[in-house]
Amino acid sequence: MVSKVTQHPSQNEPLLFERSSPGKKGYQLPPLDVPAVDPASALGSENVRDEVAGFPEVSEVETIRHFTRLSTWNYAIDLGLYPLGSCTMKYNPRVNEAAARVDGLAWGHPYQPESLAQGAMEIMALLERYLAEITGMDAVTLQPAAGAHGEFTGILLMRACLESRGDARASILVPDSSHGTNPATARMCGYEVVNVKSTSRGLVDMEHFRGLLNPSVAGIMITNPNTLGLFEENITEITRLLHENGSLVYMDGANMNALAGISRPGDFGIDVMHLNLHKTFSTPHGGGGPGAGPVAVKRLLEPYLPTPRIVQEDDTYRYDYNLPESIGRVRAFYGNFGVFVRALAYILAHGNGLRNATLDALLNANYLRAGIEAHYTLPYTDRSLHEVVFSDAIQAKNGVKTGDIAKRLIDYGFHPYTTSFPLIVPGAMMIEPTETEGKQELDLFIEAMAAIAKEADENPELVLNAPHSTRVRRVDEVTAARKPIVRWEPAG
Amino acid sequence: MRYLPKSDSERLEMLKACGLSSLNGLVAHLPPEVLRQQDLELPPGKSEYEILDYFRARGDAMANGYASFLGGGVYRHYRPVLADVVVSRSEFLTSYTPYQAEISQGTLMTIFEFQTMICQLTGMEVANASMYDGSTAVPEAALMAARITRRGRILVARGMHPEYREVLTNSVKHQDLPVAEFGFDPASGEIDLADLESKLDDTVAAVIIQSPNFFGIVENTKAAADLAHRHGALLVSVFTEAVALGLLEPPAEADIVAGELQSFAISPSYGGPFAGVVATKMAHIRQLPGRIVGQTTDLNGNRAFCLTLSTREQHIRREKATSNICTNQALIALMATVFMAVYGKEGLRELATQNLAKAHYLAEGLERRFSGRFFNEFVVRCGSPDALNGALLGEKIIGGIPLGRFYPELADCMLLCATEMSRREEMDTLKRICASRSESVLAKSRV
Amino acid sequence: MSNYPANFRYTKEHEWVLVEGDTGTVGITDHAQSELGDIVYVDLPQVGSTMTQGETFGSVESVKAVSDLYAPVSGDVIAINDALAQSPEKLNSDPHGEAWLVKVKLSHPDEVQPLLSAEDYQSYIEG
Repeated sequence: MVSKVTQHPSQNEPLLFERSSPGKKGYQLPPLDVPAVDPASALGSENVRDEVAGFPEVSEVETIRHFTRLSTWNYAIDLGLYPLGSCTMKYNPRVNEAAARVDGLAWGHPYQPESLAQGAMEIMALLERYLAEITGMDAVTLQPAAGAHGEFTGILLMRACLESRGDARASILVPDSSHGTNPATARMCGYEVVNVKSTSRGLVDMEHFRGLLNPSVAGIMITNPNTLGLFEENITEITRLLHENGSLVYMDGANMNALAGISRPGDFGIDVMHLNLHKTFSTPHGGGGPGAGPVAVKRLLEPYLPTPRIVQEDDTYRYDYNLPESIGRVRAFYGNFGVFVRALAYILAHGNGLRNATLDALLNANYLRAGIEAHYTLPYTDRSLHEVVFSDAIQAKNGVKTGDIAKRLIDYGFHPYTTSFPLIVPGAMMIEPTETEGKQELDLFIEAMAAIAKEADENPELVLNAPHSTRVRRVDEVTAARKPIVRWEPAG
Repeated sequence: MRYLPKSDSERLEMLKACGLSSLNGLVAHLPPEVLRQQDLELPPGKSEYEILDYFRARGDAMANGYASFLGGGVYRHYRPVLADVVVSRSEFLTSYTPYQAEISQGTLMTIFEFQTMICQLTGMEVANASMYDGSTAVPEAALMAARITRRGRILVARGMHPEYREVLTNSVKHQDLPVAEFGFDPASGEIDLADLESKLDDTVAAVIIQSPNFFGIVENTKAAADLAHRHGALLVSVFTEAVALGLLEPPAEADIVAGELQSFAISPSYGGPFAGVVATKMAHIRQLPGRIVGQTTDLNGNRAFCLTLSTREQHIRREKATSNICTNQALIALMATVFMAVYGKEGLRELATQNLAKAHYLAEGLERRFSGRFFNEFVVRCGSPDALNGALLGEKIIGGIPLGRFYPELADCMLLCATEMSRREEMDTLKRICASRSESVLAKSRV
Repeated sequence: MSNYPANFRYTKEHEWVLVEGDTGTVGITDHAQSELGDIVYVDLPQVGSTMTQGETFGSVESVKAVSDLYAPVSGDVIAINDALAQSPEKLNSDPHGEAWLVKVKLSHPDEVQPLLSAEDYQSYIEG
């Protein structure tokens, strides 16, 4: 039984270019209040194009219908549970959007005088302070544009610190359960990647880890809780051993939603970490961005933070560019300021009650786990924090894989969980509900997962051909990759 | 708390289902030394009203009520109302990356339209689904050129945005890709082709120029491309002012185009979030970083869209990936897409023409530092930029960007920008103050 | 199940080589293509480049996976199969024939002898 959704008509809509007709307009400019200038004489006729061939010509009404119709073809958090593991798809409070659109902030130019930018600088300074408090770190840069960019910045900081000691070292340890950005980042910073094995419980294999320590190890990139949603119980020991080895500890903060208010990375030996404001701090994913990836560091890495840094003198903020040991800029201007506003609005809303949100996130994950456990294989059974990873082992015997179950969830009115990650779980089904789901929505999800397990057993074809209710059926990704069509072209 | 949709009795019921009696039981298995015993030092949670009040007060501590002639990579353009209407739709705002094509066709189709329009504007054949911003798109383009040519050196024009140059150097530092600069002609402000030629050899992967450059001057893309190609290097053409593409010849001679779309209905927002993009020729599609949307069909043979060529991405290649980037800026790129739809073919040209007219009106009578042809920004020589800006602030005008911080030899210059939003009376005030200051400087020098 | 030609030699990384005179023709095995699923792209070295036994010389991609290609033999690349750029699906339909990858002028012909026979390869993949 499908309790959550009913089908209803969905409007068809062509591409903008197929709506286009010469002379249709969706704009009107005010009359020019200065003398007109002939482009050819101002720019040189050789520099002036005739037209932007193929550019659309549509009216305002068609434009809004176009995008509104397309919007209805998407699933969204505002429609229901979005249980993508490691993505932390939580409710995006709308007051955050209103705050980011406050005139003086939205129209702030990064080069306006500091005396006329105090509002924005205070927001950034306060966000830095709050993020340092939440993580237990000493200093924060807000500049990186996203999580992976934060990782890159963080490893550059580690490298700069080690270089200042005279040896950048050669390799970075990365647990095999890590996200693919970690090894990619290490490589981009000039490090060899050494994989650390996991135990049968899904935690860092301490024996293997100890054996890998030697003077060429620059540090580790560790995710805690890890991608299985498990807390690395030996984390204090891991960080201690690395520090004894003269190495530094990077933490991927993607899973900070499990820790905020409960445990602080700075207190268990982390030297540098990034945060995903678009995960833990509720800024919208927007169909794939923008995000922001601030990096928090301990005192020893502070001298290397990107330029400029905000400093406060009495009641005034100013930028300090005179940072001789800095790694320099990693992005133009100061970072994704509009995202900072939203994240700060979120922190202000929870305040010191942030811990309650975290506990609800853990409760939701464990509740889903308890509800689903009877129907799917749970390869790692330690207590889950904010997410839980099942495998398709039972269903795969019938030819039904994690990707098929995921597609069938769509028919039940849900976005799928994360499939096929982490890599150490064959047929992984990674589920993260976040704290912003109520019991009723979770019960519907449990009901859907139970129903699909039954279908996989009794009528696998139904699952294998899912989804059945969407406006497009499974898409041909093979042809898309073999013969890429990546832009519209006029017929003929 | 209003973001937590549960009653205490529901919590208890759920805990029971987990075999627990209290919320603290959820973290009882953590090592005691990592558990924080006291509350975070944060203020009590605030109401919606208090939050808005806080940010409105911060907004008041900004430049409300000031006219501005700042450009330099961030431009004040009118933002059509539809841009915010569309990106405020929950289905665009609160969805994830469109990996599940069947329930993401809306996002996928808008990205396909975005890619198409970027190609039409730039003269390239394929564009990615957007990148963080213009400054980070440039090192991605440089790395791409290095992979294509299998060469290991980059030459970048000193007339490219100084912060972009810094990001480029810092980003590729540990990837065996040294970056060297070539100069601009001190009279025209255009790239110094002779300097470029003297530095080119068969180890150079890419020559990177920006047009219009940081001084607002239109570069000779074709000449730069010819020189680069003669030495087997690629030309990367960068833009920060996308509106210029409505009027200027597309940089079709370039091999890669990297740019920033902030001008297309994206709020200045004190420097971000913006949307960058990289576009190129089909021959190089496999080396293009970032996400790409492709057209295909579904099981029933109907047109459908999906992310494609995803094996280039880090989540599959891990340490063999060519880039660690895994986000684009979909929502910001959507603003740009709506902007392009609203203005369309005629509108974008008219908008660009207005920008050109305003900037040329503003420049008239001021002492331009460079003779090159300019679009909506230009450099003026003004004695002390700080003193002039100070005088302008008294008239509630934010003047130009002082250039001494970026180019010591231009310490007596500032970069001014006019857009369709610049009013004639504000421009007249700026010109009047400039004139009166240079007269007083002259008067002083006579004494 | 004896679809592995007896005149080929095989590697544990699932490449095959057919030696004719001093030339080796290299491809991937039927087992490899079936594990990968629908192949969408093949990245091959340039003619004139050198490959070394055991090292990567290119990659094959399906929609969601990339596999490196490991050279079964050392030598100079004298030809690549251009047709695969347009029709990578041939690697799924005819991996032992039409969809060969590269031809190599062998620099160390003695490298071939220790490679797996068809029979050994078959028992390797079944084991």
